[in-house]
Parts: sequence; C-alpha cells; structure tokens
Amino acid sequence: MFLNAQKPSLIKDPYIYKPDSIMLDLEDAVSENQKDSARYSLYHALKEIDYRGVERVVRINGLDTPHWKEDIRVCVAAGADVIRIAKTESAENVHTIEEHVLAAEREFGHPEGATLLMAALESCRGVLNAVEVCRSSERLIGIALSGGDYTKDLQTSISGTGVELMGARQHIVMAARAEGVQCWDTVFTFLDDMEGFRRETEMIKQMGFDGKSLVNPRQIAVVHEIFTPTQKEIVFAEKVVREIDEKKAMGIGVFMVDGKMIDIAFYDGAKRTIDLAKASGVYEGDL
Amino acid sequence: MDIKKAAIAGTLESSDAQVTVEPGSGSVELEIESSVIHQFGRRIRTVVLETLERLQVSDAKVKVVDKGALDCTLKARVECAVFRSADVTEQLPWGGAIR
Repeated sequence: MFLNAQKPSLIKDPYIYKPDSIMLDLEDAVSENQKDSARYSLYHALKEIDYRGVERVVRINGLDTPHWKEDIRVCVAAGADVIRIAKTESAENVHTIEEHVLAAEREFGHPEGATLLMAALESCRGVLNAVEVCRSSERLIGIALSGGDYTKDLQTSISGTGVELMGARQHIVMAARAEGVQCWDTVFTFLDDMEGFRRETEMIKQMGFDGKSLVNPRQIAVVHEIFTPTQKEIVFAEKVVREIDEKKAMGIGVFMVDGKMIDIAFYDGAKRTIDLAKASGVYEGDL
Repeated sequence: MDIKKAAIAGTLESSDAQVTVEPGSGSVELEIESSVIHQFGRRIRTVVLETLERLQVSDAKVKVVDKGALDCTLKARVECAVFRSADVTEQLPWGGAIR
C-alpha cells in the first residue's frame, strides 16, 4: 500500500490495516519542494515506528531526477527492507541503483546485500525489457507494473476495462515467472468503484500476478480475500500432493483426484496453494 | 550548525508540526504552540532542544506549532528546517547528527 512519506498522519500507524507491505513514497506523492522534508520524515519513521512485521518498501525518485542518490542513502541508513526503483527501463538502471545501494551499505555499516530491490516498469521500453530487468540483480525480488505512466507512454489512458494494460500485464507475468521473481499489478485508482476493483483483482490473480499495489486501506481486505486459497482449494491441493507422493512411489504417473485427471505437472501448483494458505494464516494441515 | 537564514518545515495538518528557525541573538529561544501544551509541552520542548543540540545549533529563534506530532515527526521537522536554513540537501549525516 502506497503512503506519502511526507505525511505523518499516514505513516504513523498503517499496520492497523494489516497490509502485507507498505510503500513509503518519496516520488510522485511528494511535491518537488518537499523532497528533502520527506526524507527526514522517512528516516525517523523507519527508525522509530514499529510496523509490526509489515514489509517496509520505499519508492525512490527516478534516475532522471537529482534526488535518487540521497534517497538511497536515507533508505539504507534507516534500514528499509526494499527499495522500489521508479521508471526502470533496463538492467543497466538496476545496476546503477545497486552500485549506490552497496556503497551506502558500506557507509552505514549494514550487511552487504541486505537491502532488496523491486523494479517498477512504467514505460513501453521498460515493459519490453522486463526479462533483462528480472535477471539483473540478486537483490531484485520482483517487478511491478505502473499503469499510469505506462499508458501515457503508450499514448492511451486507463479506461477501467484493463484492455490497454493486457499486453503489459501478461508480458510482465511471463518475464517474472521465466526468471523466478515476483510480480505485482498496478494500482486501481477509482476508489469508489469497489466492484471494479474486485473484478480487476480477480482478473490479475487469474493472469498469474502475486499481488496488487494499493492506494487505500479499504482495498486490502479484498486483495487478501481473493488471494487467500479457499478451504476447497486447500483440501484439493493436499490431496494432490499426498496422492502424487504416494502414486510416484508405486510407479503410477497419471491418476484421478475428485474426478480430475492429475499428473506431476500439478504438484508445484498444489504446493504453492498450500504455501499461500500458510502465508495467509489459514492453513491447519500438516504438509 | 549556523542558522544562516529563516527556514520553515512541516505543515499545520493533524499529526504534524510546523517548525520555523531564524538567526538568533546569542542563544536558543524556543516558542511552542500546541493544543496539547498542558499534557505534552514539556516533552515537545525536550525533543526539540535535544534535536537542536545534536545539530549543534546554539543560536537561533525557533517556533514550533504542534498539531499532535509524534517525537519522530518533531525531530524530522526541526532537522529539515535547520538543514534548509544552512542550504544543505545532500550527504546528510543519517545516523550521525540525524538520529
């Protein structure tokens, strides 16, 4: 969930809404003449507020601005978990950021490699280079689509139907999966259209995304509901894992579970369902 | 640090504080306005003075208009105003004088 790092009322207690991550923003939400002020606010917030296990991501200003170097220093000094690189277009962009993060870790005496990275793809070039971005750094945990800037570059606009984002979304998911990193969808900004938000979240989950960027606490519960496996899915996943383990020992490769043909190809998906159920706090089994 | 010119940081929004610093006349003069002055006035004063001391500011007029800011916000606004008055925006002493 994005939060303006300059606003004390927003950053003092967002954990009460139970987001998975908070994204303290030094970039677009902060006006140009408050960039310095947001950094002091960010530093003390990260140092002094107990976010109760919520992952702390900071979105820094882009490489085309005069702000990103000091943004990196404050992020590392304050112990941010992840830095989100705005307007990423290439592996070279990630390498530049990585170099400065390493220098900051050395300067502030933090373990090298402790600060993770995520890359926001906000242009056609960035989306087309998603694969090289995904494989650019050991620190990179995932990529995210930034729909507003992307559609501007595409010379269209956000319609609410998702049609203008379809190609980028699928390309990003495929790049992330091919390179073994995570991927997150863009924000949904029509705040009063909760039905539209639900439809879009269901769609991007079906497309393969790991999650969605948010701009309002009321969107959190919907994402959690949609991404948390149902009891029916969990029970089926358990059966698949147990049956595959058992049948494999017996030399059987293809068999039926609840009327559905199952083979080894279902194994990873079933394990993932169980892992997701564990992460969501709803798993009570013993796998 | 020397307060070279007047500078301001923060807002009058809820949970924030607006801090103004100006060149002083030989010492630190601190004025605090807060709707919770009776409960937290002493605490606000302590946080602001400690922050100024860490920044080695010994000659300044400082005004704080508090709107229910946490300690971390007070520190951030004082530091921002002081560094703005000194025109310093890069290579800041994170973890040193800023802590």
